[in-house]
This record gives sequence, structure tokens and C-alpha cells, in this order.
Amino acid sequence: MPQLTEIRWHARAGQGAVTAAKVVAETALAADQYLQAMPEYGPERMGAPIKAFTRISSDPIEIHCNIENPDIVIVLDDSLIDIVDVAEGVHDDGVILINTCTPPAEVRAKLGVSDSVRVACVDASGIALDTIKRDIPNTPMVGALIKATSVVDLEAFKGLLAKNLSKKFGQEMIDANWASVDRAFEEVTVA
Amino acid sequence: MKWDISEMGSWTYGQFPPGAIIPEAGNSNDYITGGWRSERPWRDDATCTQCLLCWIVCPDSSINVADEKVTSFDLDHCKGCGICAQVCPVDAIEMVPEGCELPGVK
Amino acid sequence: MPEQKTLATTGNLVVAEAMRQCKPDVVAAYPITPQTTIVEEFAGFVAKGKTDCEYVTVESEHSAMSTCIGASAAGARVMTATSSQGLALMWEELHIASGMRLPIVMANANRALSAPINIHCDHGDIMGARDAGWVTYFAETAQEAYDNTIMALRVAEHPDVLLPAISALDGFITTHSIDRVCVMDDATVADFVGDYESASALLDTDDPVLHGSFSGLGGPFFEFKRQQREAMEGARAVIKEVGAEYSELSGRPFDVIETWGMEDAETAVVVIGSTAGNARHVARELRANGRKVGVVKVRVWRPFPYAELAAALKGLKAVAVLDRAESFGAEGGPLFTEVRGALYDLETRVPVVGYIYGLGGADVRLELIERVYDDLSDIAAGSAAPAGLVYLGAREEA
Repeated sequence: MPQLTEIRWHARAGQGAVTAAKVVAETALAADQYLQAMPEYGPERMGAPIKAFTRISSDPIEIHCNIENPDIVIVLDDSLIDIVDVAEGVHDDGVILINTCTPPAEVRAKLGVSDSVRVACVDASGIALDTIKRDIPNTPMVGALIKATSVVDLEAFKGLLAKNLSKKFGQEMIDANWASVDRAFEEVTVA
Repeated sequence: MKWDISEMGSWTYGQFPPGAIIPEAGNSNDYITGGWRSERPWRDDATCTQCLLCWIVCPDSSINVADEKVTSFDLDHCKGCGICAQVCPVDAIEMVPEGCELPGVK
Repeated sequence: MPEQKTLATTGNLVVAEAMRQCKPDVVAAYPITPQTTIVEEFAGFVAKGKTDCEYVTVESEHSAMSTCIGASAAGARVMTATSSQGLALMWEELHIASGMRLPIVMANANRALSAPINIHCDHGDIMGARDAGWVTYFAETAQEAYDNTIMALRVAEHPDVLLPAISALDGFITTHSIDRVCVMDDATVADFVGDYESASALLDTDDPVLHGSFSGLGGPFFEFKRQQREAMEGARAVIKEVGAEYSELSGRPFDVIETWGMEDAETAVVVIGSTAGNARHVARELRANGRKVGVVKVRVWRPFPYAELAAALKGLKAVAVLDRAESFGAEGGPLFTEVRGALYDLETRVPVVGYIYGLGGADVRLELIERVYDDLSDIAAGSAAPAGLVYLGAREEA
């Protein structure tokens, strides 16, 4: 049976969700997986709620449509919970990963998802501010994603991250990003 | 290359160069356009100052010049537009209806 | 088979890579979304010295194609890319390029035409170029967009063809999605496409020619159009030859149509572009439940594969044609009318139903495709076909 993982990203434009969706897909290539990542293009203004999608599979991916029943939902901005039904269509054995300071139990209550759905929380913005010095939570969120789901390999992701960053930045920035990934990997809590 | 188009009127579609290319340079010279003319230029050599303004403005290269002097008109290609007569500063060129032999005989 | 590199990249970036590997002498482009990253990436190649192509920035798509025409007439290998309103603005030049028999290769990011304003995928733009005399390939995936672009160049420049060619890929869905793509090395592609030697280059001062001549009333204009038809018909064999050679090289099969499950299918969906994958995915699931369904994907749109479609669809109980473009006032979309035409000469009539879907980027949910197959099953079982064209997934009164 083909192993297909579908990830839906919710974010505000400018938070790096599209980039993260793509980098996770690219990381999957290192494990010889098939992949797909695309944004849902809408009005391109900073702060607008946006969606992006990642598919990872052991077999070629044929479908070209939005993801309505994700295995994993990633929310880069917890204020979206009030305005977007981020849990819509999530599989019963799925995972919802949220960038928030709120404890998982409270977030779960707010989302109103069934007990079988795991809710994972991490303060990715706080970690990003500490390490990268900017509130760009996408990179630490991938660290948390890897801990919560093992969808891609941590070292492969960090390797790709370094490769991408080295085009524009020095080792200091790479180290800061790596630190953000490691901290989110350690600090994510699942309920 | 010399492009023989004498039989073009009976060519079938495959005989034309693809893309309507004309494969011979300068062959518009072979296309006699003088028959379009209803008036032709006539030049009074005595009045002409050889300023060559007509040669400059002629849109069809129909002012024949040798040794920096106007000698005649190329009536195979002159379409009788009259620009040469219009610009001549000394009125040495007059447009004459086709069929008239002499200037001033209207 | 030569070694290939596997990348995670977008349709746009991999088309730019194909262009670089094809070594065009001239690229003239006006960046219009969503093809923007094709020419953006290509401009980057020029800036970094990764190609010695003359990259001409112009002030409009009209000028882009005009520049391509001039450069191609001059004897250069010419490529470009466009999309949507940009393609529409090129309309008159598209006809000039094909009429002058200039083998320009252009990628098109298939996208809706305004109004209302919309930037998303449909085939309204490219179907408008249907009658412009360009050989036209359609890609389902980024991989096919890469492969089609390279093959299109060989076909366009073939002496039996000498027509411009479009390599079309679905806007955003294929242009902007990250996909897994295999690319060949530069030398292999360079060897495959070879060098372009124009037989009538405007800049050949030893053997001067004139391009862009007049052929008015009584002139051979009519005969030149007859030549264009023959060139397009000639392209059929060349597309297959080039496709077979490319297949051998890449290990990826190619034909003008791609069939799935058609050996014993009773019903089938005919589709073009990225939605072919959605249809195959649904058909696969239905097959697992014992439904004899198939998919026919049209990969070469011009010249249209009439004979191949008739052979694939012969004897079926019902066929659905999915159009991502409208032809208002026609009985169906552009693909529908072609498919119905292809089936006209069959001894036994095959019922064909037309669907319009996904206009302006409307999401092609799998349940919509399931609905199409359900309709086909009903027709195969004796129910009446839906009356008229179905707007698949559009909000309608119940």
C-alpha cells in the first residue's frame, strides 16, 4: 500500500508557511520519497490567512487538488483558530500542531476535536525570537513537526536548511536556525 | 540566387518557399510598377541646378543619377507621385499627364 | 541510459532549466504571473553566465513575441514563456510566427482570462491559441513540462515541420508546486536537440532572403495556409519519432495520448493537463472496487490525435470529456468538440458527455471526478445522459 501523508498548513502571509511546506517536501526527497508542495494562492498581502499543502508518499503522487482530509495540520499563528476552522476534515488519527503559548489541553478544548486526534503545541514564535531574533516561526515548527510525527528526518532537514541558508547567510545564521529546530524538537508538548 | 518566378501564376501550393520567404535579394527591381502611373515627371535640364533634392526624396529610387548629376527618370518604377516636382526649388520638374509628349501641353 | 538528477522543484523552474539546456540564442520575455519565475530563473542564468543567450527585456508580451519573431527570422534559436493575458496580447504575433514558419518554442502557464479578474489555472488562455498554428503539448506534471519543452524544440525545428510550438503547463498547480522531477545532464540535452541551422536566415548576408512578404488578393496566401496545414499534419509523425527517441533517452514513456485502464474499460474520462492525475487516482480506486473505468489523457493538443482517440475509445459504453475552458455557444468545451469529432466515423456510436470544470482555479476535488464516473456508469446502464453541458462543481440550484 502506498504510504501517503498529507499536511495542511495554516498561517498568515509572511510567516514562511509556503517556504516551510516546500522545504519539508524537499527533505522527503532525501529519503527517496515522492513529494508535492503548493500554496493556495490568494490575495498576497502580509497578515492575510493563507493555506499551503505538502504531500509525501512512497509512490508517485498523481492528485493535484487541495488537501481536505489532512493527516497533519500545522498552524503557525494561534489567532487563526478563532477565524479559520483549522481542524476541518482532519483524520481521526491525525495530528494538529500549533504555534502557541497556550497549553495543549486548553487548545484541544478550543478546537473541539475528537480524543483520537493528537494536539501538539510549541511556542515557535518565542523560540524564533530567542534564536533567530525574528518572529519567523516556520523553521522551529518543522522541528516540532518532526518530533510529533517523524514525517521527515531531522538531520536531513537540518542539512537542507543549512544548504538553503548558506546561499544568503553565514554560519551564525545557520547555527541560530539549527538551535531553533532543536529547541522546538525538545519543547513541543503533545496532548 | 536567381529566383525564376516567370511561371508563378501556375505554381501549385508546394512550389512556394515556406513562410512566404523571398529567396532572392533585390528582385523587386524585376517588378515593373510604372504602369500604376497616371502622370509622369518631366525635367527641364536647362533650369535644373543639379541640387539632387529630387533624388533624395524620391520614395522609389526612380531618379537616375550618374556622376552626381540627374540624367533621367526610371519610368519602369516611377509611380508618378509628384514629390520630385513638388520639392524642386527651381520648378525644373513638371508632372505631365501620361500620353502627352511635351511639357506645358495640357 | 544517461544518468539523471532527481530534484524537488517547481514546474516553472524546471522549464527554465529545460530552456537553458536547449541553448537558445535569444529569449525575449515580459514577465507576467504566474510564468514569472520561468523568465526570472532564466534571467538569473543569463546574469550568472550559465548561458550565453541574448536575453531581451521588452515592454509587453506583444513586443516579446515580436522580438522572438525578428530573432527567429534572423536565424536564431528562440524561446520564451508567457501566460494568460500575456498570451492573449500576443495573439496577432502567434499567427505571424506560424505563418512565417518560425520554430519558436514558448512555455505557457495555463491561466484564466479576465473578467472577472482571476490569476488561477484554467485553459481559457491556451485554448484561445488553438487555431494559431502552433504545435501544442500539454503537461500533467512538472516532469512532463520539462520533457515536453525539450521535445517541442526538436519538433519545431524539424525540416518537415518548421512551426512554432507551445509547451503548456497548468498555472500554479504545475508551475508553482514543488514536484519530484528527473532532469538530464546538459550534454545529453544539447546532443538531443542539436544545433539549429536556419535554412533562410535574415542575417545570412551571403545568401540574402526577405521575410514577411505580402500576399494579397490573388496572391498565394491561400497556398501558404495549405502548406501550414501540411506542416502540422507532418508534425504528427515527427512528434512520435522525437517522442520515441526521447523516451529511449529518458526512460519515460511518451505518446500523443496516454491511456490508463483502457484495455477492458467500459467507460472513460478524457482529460488534458494536471487533472489527468486526479482522474487516474479516482479510476484506480474505482477499479479496486471492480468498476471497469479508464482514463485517456491528451498530451499533444495540436496536431490533435483523432485516430489515437478513436482507437482508444472505440466500443465504450460512455465517455466523459473534461474541459477546463469554455467555448460559449458551442456544445461543449474545445476538447469536447474535438473528441466528439474524433468518434464520429466509428461504426458504433459512443455516447459522449461534456463537463466544464475548474475554471479560474476552482479546486478539482476527487469527489467531482467520482461524480463523473458515476454519471458514466448510469449512462452505461441505460440512463439518459445529462441534458447538455455539466458545470462540474459549480454552485447550482438543487
